[in-house]
This record gives sequence, structure tokens and C-alpha cells, in this order.
Amino acid sequence: MKPKLLEVKDLHIHFKTYAGIVQAVRGVNFELYEGETLAIVGESGSGKSVTSNALMKLIPQPPGIYANGEILFNGRNIVPLSEKEMAKIRGNDIAMIFQDPMTSLNPTMRIGNQITEVILQHKAASRHEAKERAMELLKLVGIPFPEKRYKQYPHELSGGMRQRIVIAIALAANPKLLIADEPTTALDVTIQAQILELMKDIQQRSNTSIIFITHDLGVVANVADRVAVMYAGQIVEYGTVNEIFYNPKHPYTWGLLGSMPDLNNSSDELLRTIPGSPPNLISPPVGDAFAPRNEFAMAIDYEQEPPMFQVSPTHFAKTWLLHPDAPNIPVPDVVQQRINRYVKEGEMR
Amino acid sequence: MTRTKILEVNGLKQYFGSASNPIKAVDDISFYVYEGETLGLVGESGSGKSTTGRSIIRLYDVTGGDIYFKGQNIASIKSRKDLKHFNKDMQMIFQDPYASLNPRMTASEIITEGFDIHGMYKNKKERAEKVAELLEAVGLSRTHASRYAHEFSGGQRQRIGIARALSLDPSFIIADEPISALDVSIQAQVVNLLKKLQRERNLTYLFIAHDLSMVKYISDRIAVMYQGRIVEIGPADEIYNEPVHPYTKSLLSAVPQPDPLSERTRTRIPYVHETVKGDIVAHEVAPDHFVFATSEQLTRWQL
Repeated sequence: MKPKLLEVKDLHIHFKTYAGIVQAVRGVNFELYEGETLAIVGESGSGKSVTSNALMKLIPQPPGIYANGEILFNGRNIVPLSEKEMAKIRGNDIAMIFQDPMTSLNPTMRIGNQITEVILQHKAASRHEAKERAMELLKLVGIPFPEKRYKQYPHELSGGMRQRIVIAIALAANPKLLIADEPTTALDVTIQAQILELMKDIQQRSNTSIIFITHDLGVVANVADRVAVMYAGQIVEYGTVNEIFYNPKHPYTWGLLGSMPDLNNSSDELLRTIPGSPPNLISPPVGDAFAPRNEFAMAIDYEQEPPMFQVSPTHFAKTWLLHPDAPNIPVPDVVQQRINRYVKEGEMR
Repeated sequence: MTRTKILEVNGLKQYFGSASNPIKAVDDISFYVYEGETLGLVGESGSGKSTTGRSIIRLYDVTGGDIYFKGQNIASIKSRKDLKHFNKDMQMIFQDPYASLNPRMTASEIITEGFDIHGMYKNKKERAEKVAELLEAVGLSRTHASRYAHEFSGGQRQRIGIARALSLDPSFIIADEPISALDVSIQAQVVNLLKKLQRERNLTYLFIAHDLSMVKYISDRIAVMYQGRIVEIGPADEIYNEPVHPYTKSLLSAVPQPDPLSERTRTRIPYVHETVKGDIVAHEVAPDHFVFATSEQLTRWQL
């Protein structure tokens, strides 16, 4: 078993608003091992970005409140740490890649300086050493003509190149944990594929752990070792990438898988949709938050919140359907047929 | 059965900037759209797909080429009356449901704006009935009519955008990345809605997008654009199963699939653009499937 790098225990994040307290994250538990990639998937408003920002302690307080829970990084709880102590961890031990490379770089600073800034901040390096390291990083992330790029400004580069720079900055201090919040959403598919390859390559070389936040299940299948599916501020299904894609147990996961066409979908069949929209987290529903959108909801779903049922040593799902007394609901046909086809194709390879 | 071509684009050019050093956003493209079908237009950002859509609906004055809609050259529409008729018949759905709805107007006002311009449904009761009918057609409720845009979620807003586009009973709709800004589960709802409306109203769609899985799903035919040109066009299944142009192949190889086993073994095909000597012409490699290449390139690619 690989050593555990991060453990999140019963994390609750609230936001005070005029309308009331928004319970954005409602009891999230997960762990992350060294060198692995955990993907967090969910719709907007499911709490995936709040969770990842919370790990960096980037939630502004107020209006944000760390209402409950622990974030253990290398065994040390970082929730009570002061801003000064956090500044030593941010960018050094934990680094972040944001969605939009257009806005996450400083437009008035040369690219080289934006990279060396991190190195000089966190490492005992001279200006000269920092520059050498920055050049190495530019080469590592596949920037052609690093000498020239070093002196350029962000606006002189394309979106894909800028995201490479953002990755270079994130890697500058050799972080143990890299949080990537929708890093490829703003990019074209071809560029997305390059960035994903780059991230996997870097992970293999430096054994970095990655938390990858996305709503694109194709990307998840590509990068993740394990997957956490979030809905209404909670993890509703959690397992290895194969378990989530080939043996999904939660009706919300079925909905997500069914609503995404793959290249083999016939256009005669309608896509499976999840009816309705996510609940208001100011007053989360009693019972299972997904119940109003769940065609398989039972009476108990409206009364009591389901616990995490264990499916395998690594696979958990939060749905009453897994209770021994629940009726046996099979995976919807569209999803099951696709899984069967994938597995069959996999065996043929 | 011969199909009617509702739209024909011949040698469309759309240049921006100075005449001496223009930016060739769209550079000499030709295609047609059959009545009642969906033509998907795909390509990366900057390939000219949105510009193509905007030129067709006369948001730009074209630099060169002709666009025929229902047999009429749209550049020759001059009189106010004919222009109004054209504007009624061709409508657009925009990408960003947040930016494309006026926050100071109610859903009803947004939908009925076209009625005022075209002097339709002047009777109050008749008009309210039409709004209710449109809202229900796009899966909203008639009680939503008096609400403002900010009171709706992203998926609901896009439905209002669709209702607005449908309000004047158009026959042709240009959908410019209509689902890119929406969540996955909501995307499926909107796509199903677009398909349902197409069946019910015999609509023709030009569907512009960069999400290839969704384009494949919704389109009958697909045109692939690269740097202002169409490189390959054909039936959706053909393009996906038998792509010929290396750019199409590269684009397809980059689409991640929700299948971890195949993702682990998938190799991306990089695309290297060739500068060619000789004329690039359309080669029909299969019925209705055209590849734009020189003869030498085509023989090489088909090996």
C-alpha cells in the first residue's frame, strides 16, 4: 500500500449569504495516496471546487466558514493553521492549476519572473539558480524556444501554451500535491489531450499526487486512478476508475454516464437525462438530496439520509438501493449496454 | 428521394482587418445543408466555424462568395420586407445563456420581442397563449413567463433562448455552441429537446460545436473545419468510422471516451499541417463524403 498523503475527514464548508447559510460542502471524506490521481466529478454547484479550494485554505473567511472536519496533509491538520503558516505550504507542498489560463497568469509580468517568483519564495536558491530551474521547467512542460518564452508576456502565447506555463509555475517548488480545477475545460480537444499527457508524464517522473476536478467523464476515464462523484455537497459514490465506470451503483452516477453520448451512440436513441436540477443548499432536502431527481427513489429516501454502503474494499456508494431490503434495481439498459460493449472491446484488445 | 438543399454556400470568404494583410477567418468554403437535417460544424477555436454561422445569418458583410437560402442569394435581399422575411425564417441560438438574455426583460418580453418587430399576434390574449405554447414546447411552464432571466438556471435560460428562436416559426436555426456552457446532465436535456423540436417542426439545424461526441450524436452530416477551411465533410457515421483527412483523424483521436480501459491504451494521432503545391479540390471518396486535398495527398492518405 502506498503511503497516505492527504486525508479529509467529515469536512463541512458553509457560506454566509443574505439569503441564509449555504451548506456548500456537507461532510466530505476521502483520502489520497502518494503518486495517484483522484478525480472529483459533479455538476456545477456540487461542491467540487469548494472542496478543492478548501484544501488550499483558499476559502475567504468571511463569508466562508470551516464548520467542521479535518484536512490532514502528511498527518498534520491544516484547518487551524494561520495564514502565515499556510503561505509556506501553498505553492510549496500543495500547488494548484486553475481552469482559465487567460486569467490565472499576471498579464504585466514576464513569464520567466512568474516562475522564478515561486522558486525564490520557497527554496533557498539564488536568482541564477532560479532561472536555471525555470528553464528546466519550461522544457519539462514542452514549451518550444524556452529562452525566448522566458522573456515574453502571457498575451504573446496561445491558450494551450499558457496552461503549460501555469503548470510549470505549479511544479516550480516540487509540490507533493497538485490540485487541478478543470485545467482543460477552456481548451480545445487536441490541446486538452496534450495537457493530459503532460500531466500524466510529470506524475510518473515526480510521483506527485493529483486531485483532478472536472465534469467531463471522458477526461476522468483518461486520468484517474480513483473517482469521487459529488452531488449537493457530498460524495455519493467513491471507487476505483474501473468500479465507477464499469460497475456504477449510484443512480446519479448512472445519470451522468447516460447523459454523455460516446462516439458509438446511435442518434436514434434519446440521451438519458437527469430530470430537474440540483437542490438549493441553503435548506438541503431531508433524506437523500438526490431523491427528487431519482426515478428509483423509495419512501425512505425522503425521510432518512442513506449511509455510505460498501460495495468492495475500495468502492462505496451513498444510496438506499444498496440496502439488503431494497428492491434489486438493475443499471439502466443504455448504460449497461455501453458498459458491456466497452468490456467486450477491452477483452478483444 | 431527392432532398432539397435549403442552404448553399459557395466559395464563402470572410476576411477581417486591413485589405493588404487580412485575417482570413473563413477562406473559400463551400457546402450545402439539406432541408430537415442537422449539419454539424466542428473544429478548434479559431477555425472559423462561428464566423461561418454568423456570415450565413448576415451578421457580417461577406468578403467573397455567395450564400443561397431557399434558392435566394441572401446578399441580394435589399427591401425591408424581404429582409424581415429572411430574418424570420433563420434564427440563432447562442452559446452563453447568461449573456444572450437581457436581464431587464421577463421571459415573456424576450420571447415576444420578435412579435413586435414583425407585427404578429397583436391581440393580447392570443399573444399570451403563444408565449405559453412556446414555453411548454421547450419544457418550461407557462407560469415562467413573468420571470426575469436571473430567476432561471443555466439550462432553463438556454430553453428560453430556444423558445425565442422558435417564436417566429423559422425553418433554419443556427445553434452556435448551444450546450458548451451547460452541465453534462443539462446538456443531454437540451440536446433531446432540440431533437424533439426538429422532428415536430421539420427544422434544419446548423450545429456549431467543439464537443465531438455530442456533434456526432446530433448531426446527420458533419463538416470539419481547420484554419478557415473545410477539410472533410460527410455523413456523421462516415466521418467517425472512415475518416480520411489526417486532421479529422487527429481530432477524433483526441476525444476522451468514458471508458477507462480504452483510455489507457489510446494513442493520440498528432496532426502536422502540410503546405502543399497544387490545387486542393473536393474528392468524393464515398457517396456525399468529400475530402479536400490534392490528388497526391488523397492517394497517400487512403493507403
